[in-house]
Amino acid sequence: MSGVTKIGFTEEQIDMLSAAERFCREKSPMEKVRKLMESERGFDADVWKEIGPLGWLGIAIPEEYGGVGLSLTEVVPVVEQMARRMMHSPFVATTLAAQAVIMGGDDFQKKKLLPEIAQGAAATVALSERNADWNLENIDTTARFDKTGYVLSGVKTFVADIYAAKWVIVSAKMEGGHIGLFIVPTDALYGEAIRREIIIDETKRSYELFLDKVFVDEEALLDDSLSSQILEHIHLAANLLSAAELTGAAQSCIDYTVEYLGTRKQFGKLIGAFQALKHPTVDAFVDYQKSRSLLYTAAYNFAQQGEGEVAVRMAKVKAEETLSFAADRSIQFHGGFGFTYDCDAQLYRRRAIFLASQYGDARYHKQKLADLLLKA
Amino acid sequence: MSAEIAEFEKDALGWFAENTPGAQDFMLPLTFMEVGTNQQFEFLRDWQRKVYEAGYLGAAWPKEYGGGGLTQAHQDVATKAMKAHNAPIMFNTIGLGWAGPLILDMGTEAHKQKYIKGILNAEDVWCQGFSEPENGSDLGNAQLRAVRDGDEYVLNGSKIWTTHGHYAKYMILLARTDFDAPNKYAGLSFFLSPMRVAGIETHKIRKLTGEHGFTQTFFTDARIPADGLMGAEGAGWQVAMQTLMYERNAKGGQAGGYSITEVNPLEILELARKAERGGKPVLEDPVIRERLVDFMIEAQAMRQNAGRAKLPPLNQDCPQALPLMSKLVMTEYMREINQFALSLQGTKAGYYVDEPNAVDDGYWHRGYLNAFSATIGGGTSQIQRNIIGEHALGLPKTR
Ligand SMILES: Cc1cc2nc3c(=O)[nH]c(=O)nc-3n(C[C@H](O)[C@H](O)[C@H](O)COP(=O)(O)OP(=O)(O)OC[C@H]3O[C@@H](n4cnc5c(N)ncnc54)[C@H](O)[C@@H]3O)c2cc1C
Repeated sequence: MSGVTKIGFTEEQIDMLSAAERFCREKSPMEKVRKLMESERGFDADVWKEIGPLGWLGIAIPEEYGGVGLSLTEVVPVVEQMARRMMHSPFVATTLAAQAVIMGGDDFQKKKLLPEIAQGAAATVALSERNADWNLENIDTTARFDKTGYVLSGVKTFVADIYAAKWVIVSAKMEGGHIGLFIVPTDALYGEAIRREIIIDETKRSYELFLDKVFVDEEALLDDSLSSQILEHIHLAANLLSAAELTGAAQSCIDYTVEYLGTRKQFGKLIGAFQALKHPTVDAFVDYQKSRSLLYTAAYNFAQQGEGEVAVRMAKVKAEETLSFAADRSIQFHGGFGFTYDCDAQLYRRRAIFLASQYGDARYHKQKLADLLLKA
Repeated sequence: MSAEIAEFEKDALGWFAENTPGAQDFMLPLTFMEVGTNQQFEFLRDWQRKVYEAGYLGAAWPKEYGGGGLTQAHQDVATKAMKAHNAPIMFNTIGLGWAGPLILDMGTEAHKQKYIKGILNAEDVWCQGFSEPENGSDLGNAQLRAVRDGDEYVLNGSKIWTTHGHYAKYMILLARTDFDAPNKYAGLSFFLSPMRVAGIETHKIRKLTGEHGFTQTFFTDARIPADGLMGAEGAGWQVAMQTLMYERNAKGGQAGGYSITEVNPLEILELARKAERGGKPVLEDPVIRERLVDFMIEAQAMRQNAGRAKLPPLNQDCPQALPLMSKLVMTEYMREINQFALSLQGTKAGYYVDEPNAVDDGYWHRGYLNAFSATIGGGTSQIQRNIIGEHALGLPKTR
């Protein structure tokens, strides 16, 4: 087993952690989260405009393309702190799109997208389809070569924040049967091409994308000899960032529950004195601590071949199980109030269900881990 | 890691490679609470002395009292080397891990001169007299009576579940010196007490495995020297709490080594490789595979928790959380993984220790039953949850 994987941190990561902690706390109080849930786009455009200049979108972008030249290791604390305050923005979607370009783009493509992203432009990825398969290679969308470019046809699901995005990275089957990844400028898409999906996490925005013979030029194709590696990389990066979101949300979910257990009285006692409530809350907290150790281990070892994959999958499994349990109990422990829309426990429970549904749930990752770790 | 530490580690690895004893014709205790026969006791005592004399135990304790006078980093790599070679446990845990660091932290010069060396070379075995028949989890309610009489205290009452009670020369003892104190805690005092004095008797108790283990200790007008008092009279509760911090690994300063053999999930994997169901290896069963992965994740989380505990920037929100939870997490994991190991054995799960057909001579059965020693001893898992809830999360107290 991963005997050599070790937790650690970088100085830059700790700087990001404290900067993001402050920023997200100030910019995303719960009343604001609630208000944004009602909005069409789901995020605060003014806050998003501040994130560009802070340099957070460029953390993992190489310096030669206008970024900071660090890695996802330093992105993790930012995402963790955003999720802790349930702050939504196109940050995660943009980070994933940038990762695809960093890995599969040529110099021209990188120059075109990365400096702008580092400055604050949003992008997203369109990889899932209606078959609901977590295997990103199982797709039906096609790319047909046509003289000077490609014609893309198919339906993509769970495209995050596409209205904010300037580009969307689309996966499609090439005529040879292998997969190609295309940089599609969103202004090439018609209004009817996009439908907002109704998703269980109402703090997030997700869309279905109808590609009806959308034409992109040849330069839109990322190196298609690397497609499988890119998809694998996006899969792991997305799960690393999901683990960060789940862990951050778990922390505030537990804080929220503890707060209620320390104020609500029944039978003349604070309900937190009842062990039937106290002990499961402690179990959630213990799980959260484990999740955080696994998250920062995954962040620190992300670039390690093999070890990185094991660490990411373990982090996602534990974080998903933690938030699911913490939020499930949080609903129960708020009694009648827990059943209401106003109680924040539902936000956390919905977040866990949604993030489990994307890029593989706990059972899926355990199967992958079993194949990696349990050689017959 | 400095070159000096690296060199020390290399030497330690070499030493343990050469000196770690192989399998014996009797079962070696997996935990310090399991020592039940004289054969086991003598073996572990010799082994501890040998490790100490080689310089791999108490390496960070002061030289003037018998320690190695080196740093914690030295001891840490030595302990790691023991683990790497699956060396037998350091059984004098109550001395090495709890009483020793306490004495070094708050004992008098005379205490340090008198006790530290004997703890390290296993000459002096220590036991702990906290629990009583009527007061276990509610330790603060301990009733054993200690009355001052000149230079002595006179003890009356009984302690129970005393690990190593019949081998011990000394006991850390929590007793009541004031029955009129304003609250139950304020009446307690803490002693370093001799065991071999008139009026102290130990009776062995048979444990769930069928073997003998801990004892009940009876005190009848037993006289002990008053200079064994640790801290002030009436301050026993605070001293006991500090001892429990050492015991639960929530505070450092221990002599080193380990007192419990951890189960690595890879050992369970070996079991799963050997076992068959319906003619197929159980390792192909998806449910078993998922459970195995769960244990691997758990083991990884414990390892990385220990790592993160040493990285303050990743602990700012609740620095006491990881230390407070480590006992609960570790002991429950041990119980569950041993239990799972039984479920891999098919009909053979019905065998027990000493049965020739038993898997691994009944190692897992013994491991599972003995695992409760740690989920109950040292404060039960339920009490640990109370502590984490109240001290790390600030939840209201349960009364
Ligand atoms: C192998 C072993 C070795 C030991 N060695 C020593 C030793 O060397 N020295 C020593 O002093 N003691 C020793 N002990 C004793 C141990 O510390 C006690 O058994 C333990 O603290 C529990 O006390 P009790 O047995 O009286 O159980 P009780 O306190 O009666 O507990 C019974 C049950 O009630 C639960 N419970 C009690 N209070 C609460 C509460 N407030 N909230 C929730 N649940 C609660 C407990 O979790 C337990 O499940 C040892 C025990 C074992 C098993």
